[in-house]
Amino acid sequence: MKDILTELEQRRETARLGGGQARIEAQHGRGKLTARERIDLLLDEGSFEEFDMFVAHRCTDFGMEKQRPAGDGVVTGWGTINGRLVYVFSQDFTVFGGSLSETHAQKICKIQDMAVQNGAPVIGINDSGGARIQEGVASLAGYAEVFQRNIEASGVIPQISVIMGPCAGGAVYSPAMTDFIFMVKETSYMFVTGPDVVKTVTNEVVTAEELGGASTHTRKSSVADAAFENDVEALAEVRRLVDFLPANNREKPPVRPFFDAPDRLEMSLDTLVPANPNTPYDMKELIHKTADEGDFYEIQEDFAKNIITGFIRLEGRTVGVVANQPMVLAGCLDIDSSRKAARFVRFCDAFEIPLLTLVDVPGFLPGTSQEYGGVIKHGAKLLFAYGEATVPMVTVITRKAYGGAYDVMASKHLRSDFNYAWPTAEVAVMGAKGATEIIHRKDLGDAEKIAQHTADYEDRFANPFVAAERGFIDEVIMPHSTRKRVARAFASLRNKKVQMPWKKHDNIPL
Amino acid sequence: MFDKILIANRGEIACRVIKTARKMGIGTVAIYSDADAQALHVQMADEAIHIGPPPANQSYIVIEKVMEAIKASGVQAVHPGYGFLSENSKFAEALAAEGVAFVGPPVGAIEKMGDKITSKKIAQEAGVSTVPGYMGLIEDADEAVKISNEIGYPVMIKASAGGGGKGMRIAWNDDEAREGFQSSKNEAASSFGDDRIFIEKFVTQPRHIEIQVLCDSHGNGIYLGERECSIQRRNQKVVEEAPSPFLDEATRKAMGEQAVALAQAVDYASAGTVEFIVDGDKNFYFLEMNTRLQVEHPVTELITGVDLVEQMIRVANGEKLSIAQSDVTLTGWAIENRLYAEDPYRGFLPSIGRLTRYRPPMEVAAGPMQDAGTWHGDAPVGTTAVRNDTGVYEGGEISMYYDPMIAKLCTWGPDRATAIEAMRVALDSFEVEGIGHNLPFVAAVMDHPKFVSGDMTTAFIEEEYPDGFQGVDLGDDALRRIAAATAAMHRVAEIRRARVSGRMDNHERKVGSDWDVTLQGQSFNVVTSADREGTTVTFADGEALRVTGDWTPGDQLAEMSVGDAPLVMKVGKISGGFRIRSRGADVRVHVRTPRQAELARLMPEKVGPDTSKMLLCPMPGLVVNLAVTEGDEVQEGQALCTIEAMKMENILRAEKKGTVTKINAATGDSLAVDDVIMEFE
Repeated sequence: MKDILTELEQRRETARLGGGQARIEAQHGRGKLTARERIDLLLDEGSFEEFDMFVAHRCTDFGMEKQRPAGDGVVTGWGTINGRLVYVFSQDFTVFGGSLSETHAQKICKIQDMAVQNGAPVIGINDSGGARIQEGVASLAGYAEVFQRNIEASGVIPQISVIMGPCAGGAVYSPAMTDFIFMVKETSYMFVTGPDVVKTVTNEVVTAEELGGASTHTRKSSVADAAFENDVEALAEVRRLVDFLPANNREKPPVRPFFDAPDRLEMSLDTLVPANPNTPYDMKELIHKTADEGDFYEIQEDFAKNIITGFIRLEGRTVGVVANQPMVLAGCLDIDSSRKAARFVRFCDAFEIPLLTLVDVPGFLPGTSQEYGGVIKHGAKLLFAYGEATVPMVTVITRKAYGGAYDVMASKHLRSDFNYAWPTAEVAVMGAKGATEIIHRKDLGDAEKIAQHTADYEDRFANPFVAAERGFIDEVIMPHSTRKRVARAFASLRNKKVQMPWKKHDNIPL
Repeated sequence: MFDKILIANRGEIACRVIKTARKMGIGTVAIYSDADAQALHVQMADEAIHIGPPPANQSYIVIEKVMEAIKASGVQAVHPGYGFLSENSKFAEALAAEGVAFVGPPVGAIEKMGDKITSKKIAQEAGVSTVPGYMGLIEDADEAVKISNEIGYPVMIKASAGGGGKGMRIAWNDDEAREGFQSSKNEAASSFGDDRIFIEKFVTQPRHIEIQVLCDSHGNGIYLGERECSIQRRNQKVVEEAPSPFLDEATRKAMGEQAVALAQAVDYASAGTVEFIVDGDKNFYFLEMNTRLQVEHPVTELITGVDLVEQMIRVANGEKLSIAQSDVTLTGWAIENRLYAEDPYRGFLPSIGRLTRYRPPMEVAAGPMQDAGTWHGDAPVGTTAVRNDTGVYEGGEISMYYDPMIAKLCTWGPDRATAIEAMRVALDSFEVEGIGHNLPFVAAVMDHPKFVSGDMTTAFIEEEYPDGFQGVDLGDDALRRIAAATAAMHRVAEIRRARVSGRMDNHERKVGSDWDVTLQGQSFNVVTSADREGTTVTFADGEALRVTGDWTPGDQLAEMSVGDAPLVMKVGKISGGFRIRSRGADVRVHVRTPRQAELARLMPEKVGPDTSKMLLCPMPGLVVNLAVTEGDEVQEGQALCTIEAMKMENILRAEKKGTVTKINAATGDSLAVDDVIMEFE
């Protein structure tokens, strides 16, 4: 009996070593942790329960039958993050370069199925050279099985991908369909075709880092939601994100104890909006001063900075924030910012996360590049996302809410529940100067008259009261009371229920 | 007594004067420029009158505009504060013509003392010892160089109308004399509207010690002890104290009596300051007389109990001094630190912007002012005093148009050591965010052995921080105290995280008690043992520190007690730990479980991009001059370009020899921080 127990321990020891000590050291030498070390950092200490530790591949071509390491290049199982259940898979680069075989894929699929059945997030740690070439089409089939499960799980459980090494070719499409992608600076990259193929086909010379490194995907492509300095920081930040997310789409977002009075006043917000309407200010200050403990988890911080998206807590409960950023492009909407915000709004709506929208938007960015790029349909994504959202929604207009962009930014007309405005708000069809030049076109030659018309327009429309008279603004609030008012509004909406007409699914303008 | 006075100033000094006026039952009128419409002094005053656009030379120092406000408000007196029109005799004359009292000395005294050349002559005639120098006006840079050679380097080049370090340069050679003359002249013209320059011998190993005098218009004059202002940067005072740790009673008396004699020689009537340079043998030389309230007057108030602003107003009202020299006693010790919107990590260059957070330490009344009933405000009473004279508030704006000083933090204690310790805690409690500021630097000075021993000269900052200020490296003891506090704090934060809803019942996360705390390149293994009152943190070598405090996650200020001594820290969030600012240090602290720490040690150190071959713009400002062109070879220390910010011309110099390969900026460009001005190879 004792021998049998010992043999189990020995088998476990061997499996835990993955590709062996030399390859573990090589992994460390690249500044990367091993699959198991990463799980140690991701999950609560001692909470990991492994599945399929002894699974081995079935390939017999190219001499593969001689090498059948236990686990087959991926570590799978479940554990807890701050006591909450999550499922995890972590590709082991020390075993066949983390390449995906049929059995490797089966292990991932098992975790995905369990996660959907039991309503808990899946976190995938990607560090893989790609398909297991020796297995050919069986490997491709494995990818597709994973993809199909990603799709089915989408909107049911949160799916998070952490790219901690190579992720190339077909492998990119599993992370692509998850809710969040995080990368590690300098040690991870993602692309559909690598630098060698790029050079052969297009003659472009580009490094892997330039083509698909963390900087590229957080700043240019928007494929990744954030990038971190190293594995340790990345996994700590994934834990932090999971603390904000509900386990599945049938559960409310988590609540945790908080140390910040919901009725805290911030007198300094009364001077946040500068006297000159053309002077920018940092909308993040409002977010930080509204949030519990100033804690803000930003999503896509480095992309389309003219809009800010991320999570805060109010009274310990998760709230998604979408905010125009006057510091960048005057906070206007454009293709990138619309896409970024639309995806965020839809994530929040899918997972019952209430939405706070902070508005200072002068309109849509004009220009051929925008029109040729399809700003009509991309802008419509954000409009569509807000219009279909049924979660509690609170909107605060701090300054400009002009034109169509006013409609888009969670206006009353899109069934936002509370629409507040600061006294500095200007809800109007456009800025005073532009409006005057259209309405009083005949006076265009007379600078004095135009100035008078502009001043008249400002007096009449550059304020929140015209909109408030019509009930489009529910109330004009003092800036310093924003946290208190917004927190109370969300508190009153905790039992909000909205029925949408039955449909197979909508047809959002993709 | 006057019913209503106008304060022809802004910022902290306007607020300071309003406080005393209010205490005396006098109505107050503020004036403000466009940039100050929301300023604190405007909010505090009973009335406020707009006087023009932001630049001081279009508002605060335009006599006609200030006079209009005075007439419109119907005030009987005007307090000029310091700077601006405070030493402008034309302004005093205009007031006299209007029959409005000037809360300051008579026109004659301003004229005689305001001009540094005349004042020196009068001082010499009054038997006051003076520094050798050239008393005439200097026409051009060549003459400046010639005179400098006659006096012998080093020399000090000064604006005749100057003060507060503006328009002042020290030159050690002909090149510097030439350059210093020109920039002094420019600064003098833009700051004071008077570009006259003079040159004098620069006394080495000097201390700057000044005497506060107070005279009435009935021929009475007293001195209220001295202030030591040796800690200066570019001749701008940073730390002041009263009394001086250097003077003995005999020297104090001699200086005081000479100061009063000088004041009376010009029929002085108000508060004034006679500045001396004192050498290592306690020889003192007259430097100049400031015919106004001095920035650092609070330290004198704190050790004498005399409200100088009140006395100035009473003298202006024609009253006789109620204090005789024999009534003046110096009790305890007061320290002042000036909080500047200047980034110490970027060569103290001005920083402007919105004060997203501004929370000074709580004021506490104690000492002579409390005893004499002259403390303004309703601070609770304690054993050491904390006084913060400020002109800003959270959410306010530090604009580029005015002096970058935003507050004067003072402490008083029964002795110097106590006053310094109170200052350390007060600085640690002072929260300022949104702009760069010198809090870390003055905190470092408060712990500097030379300052602590009182052994400093006006060269203190240059000598002790020759390469600028790079922050403080904490000693082992301080590191351990921070490590203990953050371990206890981290544990609290982790326990809170583990209490999130939706946990698997009976399988909750158990937060452990073994931690690895890494800061400033050192790691400590500690074990936390918490009870209802606090946490005992035990180090691997057996040392145990008791940590208590009411910090909760998210608090940006942690007022803790560690090992029975206070530890106040500014707390920021970083991934897996805290950013801690305390005692001038700014450290990233990671608190990890042993397993996390083991894995974290496998992570490579990352190095930032190499900016050593670029000239980065150190502050937001305007390019006023480019001294080189592409292809030029530059020597170490050579001037490359001049950036103007906050009315100061900052010359950026080459850090090493090289060739300019690319210039990305042009004269007239507005640059942001870290914009690349030029590149080298």
